[in-house]
Amino acid sequence: MNHSSKGPEHFHSQAKAALGDPQLRQNFRGAMDYLQDKRKSAFHDPVEEEKIRDLSEAIRQRCLSKLPQLLELLDTNCTRNGIEVHWAENSDEANDIIARIAQRHEAKLIIKGKSMVSEEIELNHEMAKLGIECLESDMGEYIVQLDGDKPSHIIMPAIHKNKQEVSDTFEHHLDNFTPTLDVDELIQTGRTRLRQKFYDADIGLSGVNFAVAETGSLCLVENEGNGRMCTTVPKVHIAITGIEKVVEFLSDVPPLYSALTRSATGQAITTYFNIISSPRKSGERDGPLEVHLVLLDNGRTQAYQDADMRKTLQCIRCGACMNHCPVYTRVGGHAYGTVYPGPIGQIISPHLMGLDKTKELVTASSFCGACAEVCPVRIPIPDILQRLRTAAKNPPEADMIPMTGQASAASTLESLAMKGFAFAATTPTLYHAGTWSATKLKGLMPDNIGPWTQCRTSPKFADNTLHQLIKTRNKKKGETS
Amino acid sequence: MSLTASSRVAKRAILARLNRVKLPPIEKETLSYPRWKTQDEQLLTQRFIAGLSANHAEVICVNSTEIAATLTQVLTSKAYKSVVLGCACDETLSDSAANECTAYHCEKGEFYAEILAGARHCDLLQFDSVVEDFKSRLFNEVDAGITHCFGGIADTGTLVLWPDRAEPRTLSLIPPCHIALIKRSTIVSNFAGMMSEQAWQEKMPTNIVLVSGPSKTADIQQTLAYGAHGPSQLIVILVEDR
Repeated sequence: MNHSSKGPEHFHSQAKAALGDPQLRQNFRGAMDYLQDKRKSAFHDPVEEEKIRDLSEAIRQRCLSKLPQLLELLDTNCTRNGIEVHWAENSDEANDIIARIAQRHEAKLIIKGKSMVSEEIELNHEMAKLGIECLESDMGEYIVQLDGDKPSHIIMPAIHKNKQEVSDTFEHHLDNFTPTLDVDELIQTGRTRLRQKFYDADIGLSGVNFAVAETGSLCLVENEGNGRMCTTVPKVHIAITGIEKVVEFLSDVPPLYSALTRSATGQAITTYFNIISSPRKSGERDGPLEVHLVLLDNGRTQAYQDADMRKTLQCIRCGACMNHCPVYTRVGGHAYGTVYPGPIGQIISPHLMGLDKTKELVTASSFCGACAEVCPVRIPIPDILQRLRTAAKNPPEADMIPMTGQASAASTLESLAMKGFAFAATTPTLYHAGTWSATKLKGLMPDNIGPWTQCRTSPKFADNTLHQLIKTRNKKKGETS
Repeated sequence: MSLTASSRVAKRAILARLNRVKLPPIEKETLSYPRWKTQDEQLLTQRFIAGLSANHAEVICVNSTEIAATLTQVLTSKAYKSVVLGCACDETLSDSAANECTAYHCEKGEFYAEILAGARHCDLLQFDSVVEDFKSRLFNEVDAGITHCFGGIADTGTLVLWPDRAEPRTLSLIPPCHIALIKRSTIVSNFAGMMSEQAWQEKMPTNIVLVSGPSKTADIQQTLAYGAHGPSQLIVILVEDR
């Protein structure tokens, strides 16, 4: 089943459809329970948890406080190491850079490790237009790609499927595949089919977990080994990352890495941690002959302009916020219609896509605060969501730089109604007249008042207003005393 | 517009937007977090083995005289016919290249004789040419790759590989089994400590890889499966050298 969505503009209808899919809800419930348990056991000592979160937050804030300097230093040090650094303002520029590298090498096949930024720029789609195949090699991504589907989680892309559905996917798309519910067999199928592709690919593409300014190094976190394959076997390696992923010192890496793996999948460490600092050097026998780094803005500098929004960029992409979000757990990742779903997606997507496209998304929160409570770098997601809701409804204040799509959710009727209510509520005569008539006309209150009654019963006004009740009570008191 | 020209324009624009925000740079924090640490050699080794074993690696403890026999036993019991190893650099490098070698590179060959003896019944391949000339055999013929280790991290049960011209990166990646020899004296308490005590930031090589088990995935219904893309088996021969 293809769960692809039409985009964040259709969040409400997509969420409704997802809620009506019992299999999907069961798959997500199971997966989220598993991930929540794993995180809990990885942070069994609350004192240690607090300390590592404090430190991780401090490191990210320090690095962001000198972001432009660190990016320049990263550029200088990578270049010195022989890594070619490219800068891209948006998706088109990033795709253009990658396409030109591919064309220079007459590449027909790009084998990809996990990279959310490549999803963000729709790399696969854009390269296909040029006759270049992009093949996902992360098991989850591979399954999702076979189905023409999109990832529904940033670290577990095929989380919305159970093993039966994976077997069905393989059966539909792979020759000579015998359906099975044995997970080992399913994984071996993926392994075998992808091995030849690692061998054949002209270019390997990866994301970046941490880019170290001090040494000009790229760090990659993974379990499968496909990341190592992509960055080692093909003769060209292209890494793509958002500009916020830079850290100042190599010593910033171990605490952030620990916070990342424990928050994401509850692992003390992943199977592989790969630090790449240069292409193959003279005398070395393997590794890519060229390494490229593409640094992408795509709206991140907009988030950087504002002290609150800037905290969005602290994110280390662990996915803990979505694993603990009651909305995500119920509707799943596709309903959001964005590359980054869940709480972090709700605060990063408005910068990447504009508030006009994402105004429905910023309302999809229960404000329970679970996301902020588990975030390893302490991003105050609910506070930022509040700010985005305000920005979606109102024009910027005088000293603020407007966001893309600012005030796109503003409604004249709503704003007039609010102004009218404010006037009435601060004018005693009007207020009393209003509450008096509400109690008298309560019978006219309809049972269905739009979205409010979707999951609530319609409110009924009381027989008497609070003012009347107090007046009566005081009167009685006077009589008895 | 040429690739570099448009990239330069983008760089200027991105940095200009970032620089528009006048932020006082935050100084390095004085915070720290509790890292697992011990002076007790036995505890150190125990934790190292426990971590690796929990992540599905096989750990065999030996003294240096037992390496060859142990290796033979491992290769025979798994019925591995073809193994690949790096080269002891003193045998293969020219004088000038050998001079570039750090002391570490030369240690790569430390157990070379033992490996040769231990694998003498196997088809023994040496990774002595560029991968392009070797790729087909590496992908299709080899059962196991044998490497030395740069060090070990006890806290998480992790091998630190520092691939170089003597032992390339793919040696520990492409064959279905990775056999790693590690000296007990190179095991330290934790990752951050190893990095800072050895001042890695001053001498980053092309590639460093931390390995904490065989390749794995839980991408299908959160069910753990080994041998996703890298080696499905990791066998660690821990050599007592104290």
